[in-house]
Amino acid sequence: MRIRGTIIAIPLALIAALSPISVIAQEVKLIGSGASFPFPIYSAWFKDFSKQNKGVTVDYQAKGSGAGIQDFTNKTVDFAASDAAMTDEEIAKVADGVVLLPATAGEIVLAYNLPGNPKELKLPRDVYPDIFLGKVTKWNDPRIGAANPSLKLPDLPITVVRRSDASGTTFVFTKHLSAISEAFAKEIGSGTTVQWPKSDKMVAAPKNDGVTATIKQTPGAIGYIEYGYAKLTKADFALLQNKAGQFVLADTKSGEATLATATLDSRLRGWIEDPAGADAYPIATFTWQLYYKKQDPKKAEWLRKLVDYCVTTGQKLSDSMGYIPLPANVIEKIKTASAQIQ
Amino acid sequence: MAANAFESAAPPGAITHPPSSNEYLVDRGFRLLAVFGASLIILLVGYILWKIGGLALPAIYNYHLGFLTSTNWNVADQKFGILPEIWGTLYSSLLALLIGGFFGLTVAIFLTQDFLPLRVALVFRTIIDMLAAIPSVVFGLWGIFVVIPAIRPIANWLNETLSWIPFFGSSLSGPGLLPAALVLAIMILPTVAAISQDALHLVPYRTKEAAYGMGTTRWEAILKVMLPTAAGGIASAMVLGFGRALGETMALAMLIGNSNQISLSLFAPAQTLASLLASHFPEAGQVEVQALMYAALVLLAITLVVNMMGTAILTLAQRRISGRS
Repeated sequence: MRIRGTIIAIPLALIAALSPISVIAQEVKLIGSGASFPFPIYSAWFKDFSKQNKGVTVDYQAKGSGAGIQDFTNKTVDFAASDAAMTDEEIAKVADGVVLLPATAGEIVLAYNLPGNPKELKLPRDVYPDIFLGKVTKWNDPRIGAANPSLKLPDLPITVVRRSDASGTTFVFTKHLSAISEAFAKEIGSGTTVQWPKSDKMVAAPKNDGVTATIKQTPGAIGYIEYGYAKLTKADFALLQNKAGQFVLADTKSGEATLATATLDSRLRGWIEDPAGADAYPIATFTWQLYYKKQDPKKAEWLRKLVDYCVTTGQKLSDSMGYIPLPANVIEKIKTASAQIQ
Repeated sequence: MAANAFESAAPPGAITHPPSSNEYLVDRGFRLLAVFGASLIILLVGYILWKIGGLALPAIYNYHLGFLTSTNWNVADQKFGILPEIWGTLYSSLLALLIGGFFGLTVAIFLTQDFLPLRVALVFRTIIDMLAAIPSVVFGLWGIFVVIPAIRPIANWLNETLSWIPFFGSSLSGPGLLPAALVLAIMILPTVAAISQDALHLVPYRTKEAAYGMGTTRWEAILKVMLPTAAGGIASAMVLGFGRALGETMALAMLIGNSNQISLSLFAPAQTLASLLASHFPEAGQVEVQALMYAALVLLAITLVVNMMGTAILTLAQRRISGRS
């Protein structure tokens, strides 16, 4: 029961990873690399896109956002993907010009493992940054208890599980914690890897599945993972208190409410560090695809078609796979911006 | 091949004949191939060292020896140090060697000292060798799902009752040094057991017969005669096992907790060099890659030193046994 989710995820990922190879009769081959967080939905999209368009193969390698940006700058790929978009300095290094397009969005949840599997644990916004700072160390801490009068919380140390590898998930999560807690911003800061507090009760595991497995095997553990993984493995995750003071559960609806508060800049970049809406789930983020402005016209045509597929047909898959569909106004902006891919 | 001295010396009608030029050619060809193969390996090691060293050079300039004594790994501030990793690598490998070495040697004694019929011993040996074929990631998963839940209650009891002993100074929540070392011990067991068995097999049977002849019991013969005689081979088994433990990556990355801290406690999470390399490489930027290369170089150096120490022990032990000085 406990491991079923991860075990299912492995063959699924394998099938998804191998499937582009099986399409043989290709005339156009589009190669991409980058972020691993959207990989499950990307591979489903690209497989479907290749099936619908005979002669086109899209090959995507989930190497991580940083590696994707590096490949993109070195021109070894036709497109890339990154959870952290690209900085202005990184964009300046690409001579052929860059088009950044949000492709999908996801939420980050705090999954926990408590004896007796109590549901709907509520974590106030002044408490969960302190858990990750190592300042709240026991589950029966009065500050957690005050928010959860109906739950009987055990006298158990809190084991914090974090990512051992550099990750876009860590980037988004620490950015959010830094936005809501001054102490966190000062002591830890934000980044794809950060120097976490040194503590016996702070362990790290590789990738989303490693963190999920460690949480599931460790009584008293809490850790941050993608909503999609939590859904897949049926992990319990906490309701978080948002800026408006409401306790919100991560799901598609609360995620959409969060995305609605986002303001995107002229390059369609935008971070939602602390959304204001009453229904908004506090930690959600877009993830981006990166395209060149100039390239072979034939490839450009197919890349535009790919973008069009992703923002129309593709979005319908989001809900079932644990991602959030893009808001309509963002899709309009993407459609306009994708004309720059020439 | 014209002037062949054997050719002219051969008596007419002899059954034997001197090596033909063809045989000479094959001989030389094989020799050349062997020399080529051997030098290729040396070249390869040299190339790896040169390449890693080259990539690590900027980090060596920037961080000097402070890299070895600093405890931070902070990408944002570009401050890197690997003291916790060195500590974790040596501590976990040493623990694994203590446990795996003890059991490996016991198994070797059990299988070679006539406790079992030959055929049964062979079956045992095959099963132990099969341990070596299990992929690291499977050991890691087994550690997460079996070892950790199994030792957690014992560990936490030790922590509650004996927390004044530094080794039991913290409670075990999940991943940590002890589960990692236990799994590592099982992983090095086949290496230690196989080489120790070979070493014990090499001791002439007459040696044992002589011991029995002098009236020793079985245990006295094993402990006082067989083991000291095979000590050199057993020591090299330990060193090879230790070397394997130092470089083990995947299972440790999954079990040790990857926490950048130094703690004597067996139940605290730690970090090893190999696990640091594996988890940080995929998304490392330019500066971090240089630091990681520096760390890789340190790991190489540690392995080299351990192996050299092992060889030294081996030669000393052999000298003592063979009576030469």
